[in-house]
Amino acid sequence: MYKFSSKLRLFAIVCMVLGLIGLVFGFLSVPGTVEEANEILAAQEAHHSGGEAHHEDGAAHHEEGAEHHEEANFVDEVKGEPGYSERAMAGDKDMGHAAHEDGEHMEHVLHQMQTKPWSATFIAAFFFMMIALGTLVFYAIQNAAQAGWSPLLFRVMEGITAYLLPGSVIVLLVVIFAGEHFYPWMNHELVAEDEILQGKSGYLNFPFWLIRGIIYVAGWNLYRYFAVKNSRDLDTAEGLQPYKNIFKYSIYFLAFFIVTESTMAWDWFMSMTPHWYSTLFAWYIFASIIVSAVTVIAIVTVSLKAIGQLEFVNDSHLHDLAKFMFGFSVFWTYLWFGQFMLIWYANIPEEVTYFILRIQEYNPIFFGMLILNFVFPILILMNSDFKRVSWFVVIAGIIILVGHYIDIFLLVMPSTVGPYGSFGITELAALLFFLGLFIFTVGMGLSKVSLRPKNNPFLVESEHFHY
Amino acid sequence: MSSHYEAPIREPLILGEKSYHDISVDVGAPILGKANKSWWIVFSIALVAFLWGLGCIVYTVSTGIGVWGLNKTIGWAWDITNFVWWVGIGHAGTLISAVLLLFRQKWRMAINRSAEAMTIFAVVQAGLFPIIHMGRPWLAYWVLPIPNQFGSLWVNFNSPLLWDVFAISTYLSVSLVFWWTGLLPDFAMIRDRTKSPFQQKIYGILSFGWSGRAKDWQRFEEVSLVLAGLATPLVLSVHTIVSFDFATSVVPGWHSTIFPPYFVAGAIFSGFAMVQTLLLVMRKVVSLENYITIVHIEFMNKVILLTGGIVTVAYLTEYFIGWYSGVPYENYTYLSFGAATGPYWWAFWALIICNLIVPLTLWVKKWRRNILWTFIVALVINIGMWFERFDIIVICLSKDRLASSWSMFSPTFVDIGVFVGTIGFFFVLFLLYARTFPVIAQAEVKSILKSSGARYKRIRESGKD
Repeated sequence: MYKFSSKLRLFAIVCMVLGLIGLVFGFLSVPGTVEEANEILAAQEAHHSGGEAHHEDGAAHHEEGAEHHEEANFVDEVKGEPGYSERAMAGDKDMGHAAHEDGEHMEHVLHQMQTKPWSATFIAAFFFMMIALGTLVFYAIQNAAQAGWSPLLFRVMEGITAYLLPGSVIVLLVVIFAGEHFYPWMNHELVAEDEILQGKSGYLNFPFWLIRGIIYVAGWNLYRYFAVKNSRDLDTAEGLQPYKNIFKYSIYFLAFFIVTESTMAWDWFMSMTPHWYSTLFAWYIFASIIVSAVTVIAIVTVSLKAIGQLEFVNDSHLHDLAKFMFGFSVFWTYLWFGQFMLIWYANIPEEVTYFILRIQEYNPIFFGMLILNFVFPILILMNSDFKRVSWFVVIAGIIILVGHYIDIFLLVMPSTVGPYGSFGITELAALLFFLGLFIFTVGMGLSKVSLRPKNNPFLVESEHFHY
Repeated sequence: MSSHYEAPIREPLILGEKSYHDISVDVGAPILGKANKSWWIVFSIALVAFLWGLGCIVYTVSTGIGVWGLNKTIGWAWDITNFVWWVGIGHAGTLISAVLLLFRQKWRMAINRSAEAMTIFAVVQAGLFPIIHMGRPWLAYWVLPIPNQFGSLWVNFNSPLLWDVFAISTYLSVSLVFWWTGLLPDFAMIRDRTKSPFQQKIYGILSFGWSGRAKDWQRFEEVSLVLAGLATPLVLSVHTIVSFDFATSVVPGWHSTIFPPYFVAGAIFSGFAMVQTLLLVMRKVVSLENYITIVHIEFMNKVILLTGGIVTVAYLTEYFIGWYSGVPYENYTYLSFGAATGPYWWAFWALIICNLIVPLTLWVKKWRRNILWTFIVALVINIGMWFERFDIIVICLSKDRLASSWSMFSPTFVDIGVFVGTIGFFFVLFLLYARTFPVIAQAEVKSILKSSGARYKRIRESGKD
């Protein structure tokens, strides 16, 4: 039986308190008026000593406009329209109506700045929630596939998924209360003058969107509840009935998940830029979810083993987890490349805005993420011997997790705050808060039952697993 | 606990009172025996179809592509449909031999040999189409970046059609090497068992002097694992590149980012359906029911269910995003309301019924363990996946951006003849293979006899009491 150490608990609580203070600071320090926003921009301007065009105020922006367009090379000369890059830069909320008067522009900038703490919270909240959710999916896959190697790790996975309930509820609350900060289609005035958004209102309307969100969260948590309950019943059960239940639930959950994951990705991420669409988008996010989850399973397993709680887990189990980290990292890269290359290649204006914004405004991390998420894992985890060395796996794991935090950051920040995204106190505080909550909940989840499951029909295979 | 241990809850993969010797005898029987009358009949039919197809190909190349039903709007139809269909079928073989090896699935051992053979023969069929659909196939070698007298005029590496060349040729060569490596111990077994000097000579050459020493086996295993690790990304990338042929374009319905993984899932889906179609017949004809058991069939059906589910989600995504995009041109793509009600409604509904609705019956355990029903579903999926490619290609092209260029496609007898010809050629190769190659990887099956054989499982169970 694992005992949640008081030191770790204290650490988690300190993280949460510090994070909460930082978050409050972040929400209070956003500019309240256009003047304040202007001051911030001016300060940044001085700091960058005449940096890029978009950091200047509205008037200067317009003067440099023409030149900027030529550089961007995405101007629709025939229609004489300002060009998609310009609009993408100004944020997608402006798309579809030529609202580029000075005042309106600054109001828009203000709005983006006010959105920043919301985005910081959402990124961190989703990042930890997706770890719990991905672990649940991996757990369901292991059960449905009747894996012979992993049953010894089931309690670890169940412990990690303890975070799903608080995590998913928080994420749902964040997206609900962020409202128009994230989702321009919730703004009735904007929709009234935007025909494209009107066309989508059959799907993108608040009540339907809310109901969908509740269904996702409820469905995922219900599976988690019943799977864990049956898994614990199995310890004392006479027959295999609880095992059969988990098997059945896992399959239904996976079917439910593949659909809800897609719609979740559309609802919570894609609709941040409601003019933009990509069919692969949802599966791409899934790749991030699953690779981060397997990584955390590996890290938690190594940590618990290091303090002598998982004596029965051997290095072959670790080897298998590391292989999944490796494989899913490559899979993520495959989907990243598939989406990026196809949009880059065809270069259709309404699609390409998504990447123009990210490449022009977030260049170092947009491509740097590929080094963290692909190059490092493939080099570090290629060797079979290295995959059995715990500290090696942990280092690879930390790199992967940082990389996928950046991935989520890049999904959200450019779409919500445009070029004004950065990693500062608010982002760090949000990370700290949810890290603390994650450690606390998972620690509590792990400490409730014996880490060694009983009576699983594949347990003996798992105990003697050697690869 | 011995390494032969296996959870009792797992169903046995080898039925009957089999010993190592029995496996050699059962696998060797078709090669060491003589072909019966029905083999000759089926072979003749396949050969005739092949020759007819060959005639159609010769006619096309010598007369011109105009003998096909293509028009100025629809420049790709049956040719590329068949190409993608055959490539897709070829994917199950590599999936079974490589991906299932990485996932340590013991049940793959009874089916991998035939699945790989199917891969190779299907890729050969697929490889015909990129050549014969060319207007000037005799200049096909220009697709290769070879130094030449035109001031070293090279190819443009930006075209997915060129990537296809590299993808398909690499895929065929790697699959061939992977397959042949696995065959070495089995050819050696035939070499050692046959009485005929002619066969001894042939299988002696084919088996490369395999003597089965410990060191050989160790390296054999390592090579298999490395090849499996390479073949897995290869199999994903090959069909991905095939999907790029469409997805990199700006044609509504073709330009879709989900195509890479969705085509791969579809390829596995159709490939497994073809494996079912072939193996259900083969196990009966060659009497391999003890090796290709109902458990294998059920597992394959589960893979079909899984990949079919993924494809279904992709269909829904395509349909949804087509609507969501708000782009009016998306109203006529292969998965749109326009397609469902337009002139190609029958092709649309063929796809939905064959790929989406009929495979749903496999959720019922009784049906997915029913051999006849499995066979029917597998056939239906093969047809459905042909329609999927036809719909993607033809429906999307038939109503593109300019209404003045809208057109319909109807195949000529040459289009159909070439397709029939490739089916004939495929079966010619497969039937020859079934008579001359060990259709089950006996060396691998022997390695699981003691862990998963029915007899040994029973012995282990009774020892416990």
